[in-house]
Amino acid sequence: MTDKKAKNLVSHSSAHAAKQVKPDWANGLRQLYDNVVAEPLPDAFADLLSKLDSKT
Amino acid sequence: MPDPSSPNAASFKRELTGVIPHLRAFARGLCGRADLADDLVQETLLKAWAAQERFEPGTSMRAWTFVILRNAYLTDMRRNRFRADYDETVAERILTAPPGQEGPIHLSDMHRALLTLPAERREALLLVGAGGFSYEEAAEICGCAVGTIKSRVGRARATLSGMIETGSLPRRSTSDAVAHVAIMQELDQVSQG
Repeated sequence: MTDKKAKNLVSHSSAHAAKQVKPDWANGLRQLYDNVVAEPLPDAFADLLSKLDSKT
Repeated sequence: MPDPSSPNAASFKRELTGVIPHLRAFARGLCGRADLADDLVQETLLKAWAAQERFEPGTSMRAWTFVILRNAYLTDMRRNRFRADYDETVAERILTAPPGQEGPIHLSDMHRALLTLPAERREALLLVGAGGFSYEEAAEICGCAVGTIKSRVGRARATLSGMIETGSLPRRSTSDAVAHVAIMQELDQVSQG
C-alpha cells in the first residue's frame, strides 16, 4: 500500500508556498522522529513486555 | 489467551518490541514531553498486548499500534492529562538559519511549532512527514478519508512554512501555554470527527 506518487499530488492551494521552504524544515520533521527512534530504549519497555509475557 | 510458546505469540512479541522506538517517536511528536510520551507508549503496549488476537499476522504492526496509541492519546487529552509542555532537555540542534532571522531555528523550535498545530493536523503531518506513511496508510490509521489527510497535511505544512518565513516560530519558554490552548481548542473537533 505504498503510493509514492500521492505524496507529490498535494493539490491544496497553500501547498505551493509550503513547497518552497520544504527542504529546510521537512528534513527537520523527519529528524525529530528519527532522533527518537535512534535513542537507546529504556529498560522499562523490555521489562513490561517480559512481565506481560510471563502472565500469559 | 494465546499459548505463549506458539510461533504466532512469539512473533507478535518480537514485532511489538520492534515498533517500540517508532511508538516513542510518534508519541513524542504528539505530546511533546518525553516522560509523558513514554507513559503513552506503555499504555499502548498494554492495550496492544491485550488485543493481540485481533492483530492479523502479516499486516503492519507499526500501523496497528499507531491506531492504538493515537486513540489512547486522544482519550488522555480529553481527560486533560497532557500539557503541551516542551521538554527543554531535548538536544538543541541547529536545523536551519534563514537570513534575516534573529537566530538559527533549532529542532526544538520546530517541535514547539508542531505542538501549536491543531491535533488532527499535527498527527497527519507526523504520520506522513515524519513517520513516512503514505496518505492512504495515514488515512487508515486516523480513520478518515485520504482527501482529508491530504488536506490536513497541506494545511499543517503551510502553517509551519508561514511560521518559518515570517520568523514567528515559537521560541523557547515562550509558547507552551499558547500551544496548550491551541491544542485544547481543537480537541473537541477531533473528538467529534
